Amino acid sequence: MTRIDTNPAGATSAVTVRGLVKHYGETKALDGVDLDVREGTVMGVLGPNGAGKTTLVRILSTLLAPDSGHATVVGYDVVRQPRQLRRVIGLTGQYASVDEKLPGWENLYLIGRLLDLSRKDARARADELLERFSLTDAARRPASTYSGGMRRRLDLAASMIGRPHVLFLDEPTTGLDPRTRNEVWGEVKRMVGDGVTVLLTTQYMEEAEQLASELTVVDRGRVIANGAIEELKAKVGGRALRVRPADPAQLRTLAGWIDDLGLTGLATTVVDAERGSVLVPVLSDEQLTAVVGAVTARGVTLASISTELPSLDEVFLSLTGHRAGAVDDAEPADTREKVSV
Amino acid sequence: MSATTAPAAGIEADARIPLRGHLRHTGALVRRNLLWIRQDPESMFDALLMPIVFTLLFVYVFGGSIGQALGGGQDGYVQYVIPGMIAMMSMTLSQGVGTGFSQDFNSGVMDRFRSLPIGRGSVLFAKISVEIVRMLFATTVLMIVSVLVGFDVESWPGLFAAVGLSTVFASSIMWVFLTLGVVLKNAQSVQAMGFLVLFPLQFGSSIFAPTASMPGWLQAFTDYNPLSALADAARGLMSGGPVAHGLWVTLAWSVGLTAVMAPIAIHKFRTKS
Repeated sequence: MTRIDTNPAGATSAVTVRGLVKHYGETKALDGVDLDVREGTVMGVLGPNGAGKTTLVRILSTLLAPDSGHATVVGYDVVRQPRQLRRVIGLTGQYASVDEKLPGWENLYLIGRLLDLSRKDARARADELLERFSLTDAARRPASTYSGGMRRRLDLAASMIGRPHVLFLDEPTTGLDPRTRNEVWGEVKRMVGDGVTVLLTTQYMEEAEQLASELTVVDRGRVIANGAIEELKAKVGGRALRVRPADPAQLRTLAGWIDDLGLTGLATTVVDAERGSVLVPVLSDEQLTAVVGAVTARGVTLASISTELPSLDEVFLSLTGHRAGAVDDAEPADTREKVSV
Repeated sequence: MSATTAPAAGIEADARIPLRGHLRHTGALVRRNLLWIRQDPESMFDALLMPIVFTLLFVYVFGGSIGQALGGGQDGYVQYVIPGMIAMMSMTLSQGVGTGFSQDFNSGVMDRFRSLPIGRGSVLFAKISVEIVRMLFATTVLMIVSVLVGFDVESWPGLFAAVGLSTVFASSIMWVFLTLGVVLKNAQSVQAMGFLVLFPLQFGSSIFAPTASMPGWLQAFTDYNPLSALADAARGLMSGGPVAHGLWVTLAWSVGLTAVMAPIAIHKFRTKS
């Protein structure tokens, strides 16, 4: 089989995704996704539940066939060259995919043998990775007796056995307590230090900030933004101005006036009905002054006004018009009070 | 073997998996399934208890009256029913392959296997191999109990031939249960569906009683029921009597089931989302 020449090994892009579509009946899990992960970087794929993140990872790891579009990993096509592709990837799924009945060591030895290591090498690699992931003491115990964090570490160790070129981490810390989460982050950072290219999906803004250098924001099967995390922050404004009118009934009128200012570079103004305020991303002091001026010129009584540094949560809010976690298509941006965060 | 090289070496590797690779992968997965048994010995209870319970049940509860009707009494019925039990065991234990498989899928470990560069068949072959080990264990238990309740092994080569034939049949019917294990959502539905396949075949057969007294339509069914054929062949091999019809019908079913179901099982396994 021939490799696709657009992306031979050693080129800058380790993962290339073009126009990827996957439907489940009426539901569009992926609706034309484009994505590039550069060699040696960590790409965060950020989005709420149901955004299509897991579907993307499953297609890239050959567990699922796309309906249309194409994707390559280190130059190998996910549909036409699945076997070569499987040799260069590691996968840690959303749910720890270790065999709970087997001891930790046996789990790693099994994967080693399935990756064609000799018995001797598979043994050595299992010992080495247990040591590295601080699981040596638990090596002979069934994985079912492990804590959540230990299981996740075993899972990461299992995906490292074949010294993968590209590692897919599907929500690696979902369901873990904060301390364990930090532990897993530490392990992922060490893997990245070894030069592995990582595609990481997450619902946590903090996780993306911690681990990823580049970010792709997905929502309802579409990419709504991508770029370096810093760039994305700049794109939605360096700061956000939160304006709360004394009379909540004026909330929307107020938002309309601010929109009418038509400031260039200003991302979408968001009505946060929950907190009775309008959130305005601003790029400069001049824009900030212009907004405040426009509001006071209309004679609106304000209950409070403050500036905030945008969190990735707000980045998401500005880009999608709804909060991470909102999946109801019919939900307009300004009725978010019904939506859980 | 030189697999500890840098990842770039994998890139140049051939896409085809050599036979040795298949054997290595299947071997590693067999080891995994055997470790399950060591970790959880209770999983062998069915293979241990089923032959004991069923032998005692049929010999002592039904044996007297069926034996009388057959003209050989309880002792005669022992000679009749034990070869049938070998056939029954092969079918009942085969079912476990589907439920075990379904559990693997629900635990996520199957995702890892399917993202590894191994032949898709290896996972299935390993599962079948281990179930056959379980089946042979159950058959050994069955033969020990049989001898204790008075079964007379007239032909040892015949006994081994009968066990061999039932192994062949079991490995073919396992593809059906594997397919159910891949297609159905959970282990419970696999088991329920399995019983729907199991019951008519087991009881509408010559395993427990001769078919001569059954109505014509049922006889037509039992004549080509693979379990009747297997039971008849086992009986002929172990105690003398006609073998040919049973043998050919069993082999025809085995080849047919494997030819049709193995590709379906592997395809469903490969394309499961």
